[in-house]
Amino acid sequence: MLLPSILYFIRPSSVGFVENGLVHLCVCTRVTRNLNMEKLRNGYLFPEIAMRELEHMKKYPTAKVISLGIGDTTEPIPDVVTSSMANHARRLSTVEGYRGYGAEQGNKALRKAIAETLYGDLPIKDTEIFVSDGSQCDISRLQLLLGSNVTIAVQDPTFPAYIDSSVIIGQTGDFQDETGKYQNIEYMPCRPQNNFFPDLTTTATTDVIFICSPNNPTGHAASRKQLEQLVEFARANGSIIIFDSAYAAYVTDDSPRSIFEIPGAREVAIEISSFSKFAGFTGVRLGWTVVPDELLFSNGFPVIKDFNRIVCTCFNGASSVAQAGGLACLSSDGLMAVQSVVDYYKENAKILGDTFTSLGLDVYGGINAPYAWVHFPGMKSWDVFTELLEKTHIITVPGCGFGPGGEEHIRVSAFGHRECILEASRRLKSLLS
Amino acid sequence: MPSDVALSRENLGFQITIFENGGVVIKLFQLSENTLEALTLRIETGVSVSASKNMYSLMSSSPSISSSSSSFLGQTHFDSRNPNARLPTKDSWICKCVATPPTETTAHTTKVSRNANMAKLQAGYLFPEIARRRSAHMLKYPDGQVISLGIGDTTEPIPEVITFGMAKKAHALSTLEGYSGYGAEQGEKQLRAAIASTYYGDLSLEESDIFVSDGAKSDISRLQVMFGSNVTMAVQDPSYPAYVDSSVILGQTGQFQKDVEKYRKIEYMKCNPENGFFPDLSTVSRTDIIFFCSPNNPTGNAATREQLTRLVQFAKDNGSILVYDSAYAMYISDDSPRSIFEIPGAKEVAIEVSSFSKYAGFTGVRLGWTVVPKELLYSDGFPVAKDFNRIVCTTFNGASNISQAGGLACLSPEGLEAMHKVVSFYKENTNIIMETFISLGFSVYGGKNSPYVWVHFPGQSSWDVFSEILEKTHVVTTPGSGFGPAGDGFIRVCAFGHRGNVLEACKRFKQLYK
Repeated sequence: MLLPSILYFIRPSSVGFVENGLVHLCVCTRVTRNLNMEKLRNGYLFPEIAMRELEHMKKYPTAKVISLGIGDTTEPIPDVVTSSMANHARRLSTVEGYRGYGAEQGNKALRKAIAETLYGDLPIKDTEIFVSDGSQCDISRLQLLLGSNVTIAVQDPTFPAYIDSSVIIGQTGDFQDETGKYQNIEYMPCRPQNNFFPDLTTTATTDVIFICSPNNPTGHAASRKQLEQLVEFARANGSIIIFDSAYAAYVTDDSPRSIFEIPGAREVAIEISSFSKFAGFTGVRLGWTVVPDELLFSNGFPVIKDFNRIVCTCFNGASSVAQAGGLACLSSDGLMAVQSVVDYYKENAKILGDTFTSLGLDVYGGINAPYAWVHFPGMKSWDVFTELLEKTHIITVPGCGFGPGGEEHIRVSAFGHRECILEASRRLKSLLS
Repeated sequence: MPSDVALSRENLGFQITIFENGGVVIKLFQLSENTLEALTLRIETGVSVSASKNMYSLMSSSPSISSSSSSFLGQTHFDSRNPNARLPTKDSWICKCVATPPTETTAHTTKVSRNANMAKLQAGYLFPEIARRRSAHMLKYPDGQVISLGIGDTTEPIPEVITFGMAKKAHALSTLEGYSGYGAEQGEKQLRAAIASTYYGDLSLEESDIFVSDGAKSDISRLQVMFGSNVTMAVQDPSYPAYVDSSVILGQTGQFQKDVEKYRKIEYMKCNPENGFFPDLSTVSRTDIIFFCSPNNPTGNAATREQLTRLVQFAKDNGSILVYDSAYAMYISDDSPRSIFEIPGAKEVAIEVSSFSKYAGFTGVRLGWTVVPKELLYSDGFPVAKDFNRIVCTTFNGASNISQAGGLACLSPEGLEAMHKVVSFYKENTNIIMETFISLGFSVYGGKNSPYVWVHFPGQSSWDVFSEILEKTHVVTTPGSGFGPAGDGFIRVCAFGHRGNVLEACKRFKQLYK
């Protein structure tokens, strides 16, 4: 059994710790720990959820735990896509088919396909598209690009990576326990009362504004009008919008799927997106970032030039196998196939949404996103999380993990086999009715 | 020779000379701090300087310029601390207009300041520059039969046992039982265990010390993000450019000093033939982090056990962290250490970065790993591995599961044997290249324990040699100064290539240098 590690000082320059019943004595280096790392509160949200799931499974080894927590896709990737990846892999064993380093910005055919297929009639050039190994990495590369001397605004609640990467890069002050916020970040409340979109009249100016739409965790898709206001706000304040459109494929109504549908966005916005929730590529790792040519720093320097330098220096391109898969996703057969998986998850979201609604709870999202955002008035979200886990063996995510604005809410993700979703619904009904 | 530079609109100075025949020479200068630097700029077609607001205002205030020739100086902003800055005398360049943003006043700029660290970087990253030159050369000589021994890009097909593993995983992702979503950010358990047992078996490093990644280049930046901007670093000179460039980006360095070709605040540890390509540690100042690559890129030198023991002791004495790049370990022929952890005490001072790129031809597939021992601690006793884990969980989301399946296949007995065969093939290329240059009377280094040959061209500028070789033999190499000032006078020739191309390249070298 693993004993918890205990750190203690033997003498000024050495430290001991106990692990597995053994005492280890080590010499410290004289390298100071990065203060920004020290500012981080707890581990990153999703590994924490994963840990709780493991603990729960150990506690109840026979329970059938249903994971509606981490937004991890569950359905197989369509054959048309995986065959393409398998073929590419096999061809790497042939003289004609072998490829070494690819362009750091991504395979040209894939960049073109993204531009033409996913941005259609929007004037996005293939040269403005940077293929990556996913949004989580792109967010940090963008932070590296921006540096420590910029201020950011985030929605509250929000996908935690924007905040955590901001802390790591040194853009923020300390975490304040009373408010649950980091100093120097502008938190823009997104609540039912303001239709889950920030009230820009009360939002302070920051250099960068992170907006995710359709939103993780609330599931809200911003309307055209809301995004026009946002672009206008950014223009007036000289800010850069980083628009996360990872869930664009889930939009059901006529909400914009890209920030670039809004006139003027090219001069104020960067868009990040991903094949993860679109094609089940959570493990395959593929995404992209759009940086328009017109986006300029205050001194007129094009942001795209610096992002290109970052990509060439801190990255070496997404896996060529994953890129082959991406290209297959964007073929007409591929698009149809991956869209049907998206529709499957959307149907899951509807089932879950209906379940909570039938129990008299206020539920948001679910229509344009694979997340249901459920309100438990007056209750602490970790308490709800724990109770749901204990009593129904369902993993969710407590809303406060996404920011203080998430308190009293639970995020339920709609990724799962249909039978698990139906079973989860049954258990929720019996617990909460 | 300086390459592409982008100028910012502020502190832009210009000199315009208009000739009687209507020719115009425009020189643009970037004024920075106290120096007036003239820079060679890339041609950007279609930009009309005469439409520039600044030039118009200057022309309108000057006397008539219709006579033979007139030159005048102007600047948008002048540093008052140095009003009499002299123009550099070696200014016989023709400068064309810079690739700057649109000059229309209606163009929207944000109010976000450009990251000053990015502005410190000199030109582009080295290898895209080499690629650009190669492309330009191929355009110039479409029948030239260019041979690439420049960028260290593998060329031989990946052994089937390995690609089969990847294809199998890809197909499995289409099945209910075989589908997997997010993997552990640190890497698949099986792969971590295989790496630990294959490469660190008898060094008591475990699966939990291994962090699988999409390659060493990404890992280097993630380590830098973890260290933050308040650490100092030392690199070998010459060295793989990613260490220095990532350090600049993170804000660990000062400005680039053109006269010495070094960034302030970085400790450059010279490695040359005179010191056997191992730094004289008695002259090296203490830094927090020391980057060390062995077998070395670009010099090809593998440090001895004795040298690495001294390096580990040096790090221990100074309380430094050694980031040891062992990406070429499989190329070692003699008994030079393949891992820093072969040196006693290294676990308390070192991190090791490695890669499947040059072992398995995974340069496009993307797979590597970093070892952070549990014993490695910051000054306050906090384990470095905990912070690296947090970085990996927050700024990364794991290497591609298909690449990882390939990695696992690499480490099967059949896979290991297959990798050794490919490595041997490249090593034979290295021998051929080395013998060629030796036979031509050059002083040649490296080669034995790495896929790089480091050829000495005493007294010559390495970019000039690079250009001459390219022009006259259509072979792309890499100029040593791209790796640091002590690389000047050397050319790196890499041994990745089809045998036929390597033999042909050597034939051409012989013709050129007979």
